[in-house]
Amino acid sequence: MVLRRTVAWSGALCGLLFAVVVVSAALGYAAIGPLEVAYVLLNEVRVPAIGAGSLVWFRPFGFDVATTTELIVTRIRLPRIVLGAIVGFALALAGAVMQGFFRNPMADPSIIGVSSGAAVGAVAFIVLPVSVPFGRATFAFVGALVAAFAVYAIATEGGQTPVATLLLAGVALQTFLGAAISFLLLNAGDSLETAVYWLMGHLHNSTWGRVRVALPVVLALFVVLLAYARDLNVLLLGEDDAHTLGIDVERTKRILLATSSIVTAAAVSVAGVIGFVGLIVPHMMRLVVGPDHRILLPTSALAGAVFLVATDTVARSGPTEVPVGIVTAALGAPFFLYLLRQREVHSL
Amino acid sequence: MIDFEAVSVELGDTSVLEDVSLRIPEGTFVALVGPNGAGKTTLLRTCNGLVSPATGAVRVDGRHVMSASPREIGRLVATVPQETAAVFDFDVSAFVAMGRTPHRSRFETADDADRTAVESALERTDTARFADRSVTELSGGERQRVVFARALAQETPVLLLDEPTASLDINHQRRTLALARELVAAGKTVVAAIHDLDLAARFCDRIALLSGGTVLADGPPDAVLTADRIESAFGVRTAVGTNPATGSLSVTPLSGEHAGEHRVHVVGHGTGAARTIGRLAELGVRVSAGVVPAGDVAAVTAEAVAREVVTAPPFEPVSDDRFAAAADLVRRADAVVVAGTLGAPNRRLADVPERTFALRDAPDGHSSRPLATERELLDVLGRSAPAEPTAR
Repeated sequence: MVLRRTVAWSGALCGLLFAVVVVSAALGYAAIGPLEVAYVLLNEVRVPAIGAGSLVWFRPFGFDVATTTELIVTRIRLPRIVLGAIVGFALALAGAVMQGFFRNPMADPSIIGVSSGAAVGAVAFIVLPVSVPFGRATFAFVGALVAAFAVYAIATEGGQTPVATLLLAGVALQTFLGAAISFLLLNAGDSLETAVYWLMGHLHNSTWGRVRVALPVVLALFVVLLAYARDLNVLLLGEDDAHTLGIDVERTKRILLATSSIVTAAAVSVAGVIGFVGLIVPHMMRLVVGPDHRILLPTSALAGAVFLVATDTVARSGPTEVPVGIVTAALGAPFFLYLLRQREVHSL
Repeated sequence: MIDFEAVSVELGDTSVLEDVSLRIPEGTFVALVGPNGAGKTTLLRTCNGLVSPATGAVRVDGRHVMSASPREIGRLVATVPQETAAVFDFDVSAFVAMGRTPHRSRFETADDADRTAVESALERTDTARFADRSVTELSGGERQRVVFARALAQETPVLLLDEPTASLDINHQRRTLALARELVAAGKTVVAAIHDLDLAARFCDRIALLSGGTVLADGPPDAVLTADRIESAFGVRTAVGTNPATGSLSVTPLSGEHAGEHRVHVVGHGTGAARTIGRLAELGVRVSAGVVPAGDVAAVTAEAVAREVVTAPPFEPVSDDRFAAAADLVRRADAVVVAGTLGAPNRRLADVPERTFALRDAPDGHSSRPLATERELLDVLGRSAPAEPTAR
């Protein structure tokens, strides 16, 4: 039953994601028809086959498309779209996990300080005179994990990590890191604009390189989180009940926290702090598919991908490009408030 | 099935359980009774691993609870907690299906055994009707039954119930405990923390009376639940009698206020007398009664609340020694109250003009001082209290 519903919903959302990707790739300075985009995408499909005694990648499609069109789609638009999909996927996934974990509808992926930690790392890299390849993303990633681990360590006593303590420690550390960011920005000088732009969250300068770094991390941890979806359901009943139902509560909490923190860190380190995706997408999907995390996690993740690709398309379609973080908040907040007023969103 | 070996538990700096040793054999229904804070819930929580003892050990089916994995314990022990959070929006059948968690590995989907267990759990707890409703929409009592269903679906040899009847209506209180009884008959071991002593006495094989973190007494209900033990555990005087309908023990708490050591003898029978006996006992008076026809409502009440009762077979002349026994009680009483219906022998007993009072609804025709309420008697006695000037 659950499996069938999961597959059906995920299939539908995959179709929607494909459609959004095609439309998004068609939009931009150079006008390209959606059909052409679809051709390019299909041309990129590769199937492994055994040819001449060795493994070769065989391209089943060979539609006739202009080389410039192909270049624009595959080199310029697709990296950004795919990265946007990965980031949206990761943020909505982590958001759904955190809301269930904290049994709190206000929880979002950065609730235990991941985003603030990433921001300190990234801004420090931008402001300080250091130069390493992939430095900003690396700094952000490390900052995120250090912050999350610090919050966890502060909230843990005698092998127990009470969720309420974790929440408060997260809020306190975020405030502290906020101060650190402000201080760094004060001394940013010429790099102030870059730093602020990063903080707003954007997908500008996306490359296939970033995709190759983020995709395996997010996908691998997605599988881990799926494996723990049932435990997350049981955790919703409260930790005591979960324990009596045979869940190793503290261990499960550690795994969920670590996994979702890394997922969030991966997203934030490549795209900056993009707010609201991780908060509202899981709520919207909960309205549609219900609270069961076995369905909620994959559908939220896919819906997050759709949402971020769509909003990023809006962000780059205006007369001047704006960071996608502004668009997600500007579109997401009113929609969320609407749901709130309709009493649609009131619990997990 | 469950062995508590010298279990002591400390929560924070306070000692909650001290050196509790208790052996619960397989296939028994044991009630844990005791005042609030006696340690009943904590004792239950040592059985499912939620509380680890500071010293001592708890073994379930021979396995040491603290060293077994949660999953292993989840297959042995199911728990119905006092309260369950309701911040989630699962429907009832999904909620009950979570009881199957310890039986399924991470990626296994529900098989026939799971489905059967869930269906029968819904059926037996009378919750199948709202299987499709959301848990958040249920009333407190309905939710408690759903949690019970979840514990049943867990299919464990041991079932722990923490106040299983607290928010249930009388029908479902009885059904829930009768269901627990059935499970015990089928070989399960059930341990329940229960506040209602009557229900505990009626449904359980054994009662463990806890107070201040220790076991005061443990055994069959009528051996454990005596008025003296209950008073030392709960600090309240009680009338322990027999429920005429079920034949099981019935415990009625009496007023906490002590009216001193006034002895009042009630003469008469029928509902009027029964009411007066009950009210006087409630006011903290040492009540005696007689002669009352055996089986009369006044006799039943008097046996439950009075220290001394003289009964006589109904529809027969009262024998001389019965009358003498009652007359002796009258002699020792500070006051005699006439209430209810009065037969000829009782008329003679009540013939002590200076100490006899009659309630307003008592039969006329004898020389006694009228009394509006039972409480008024206390005032009269209190003013002229001969023996106990310090009373009240």
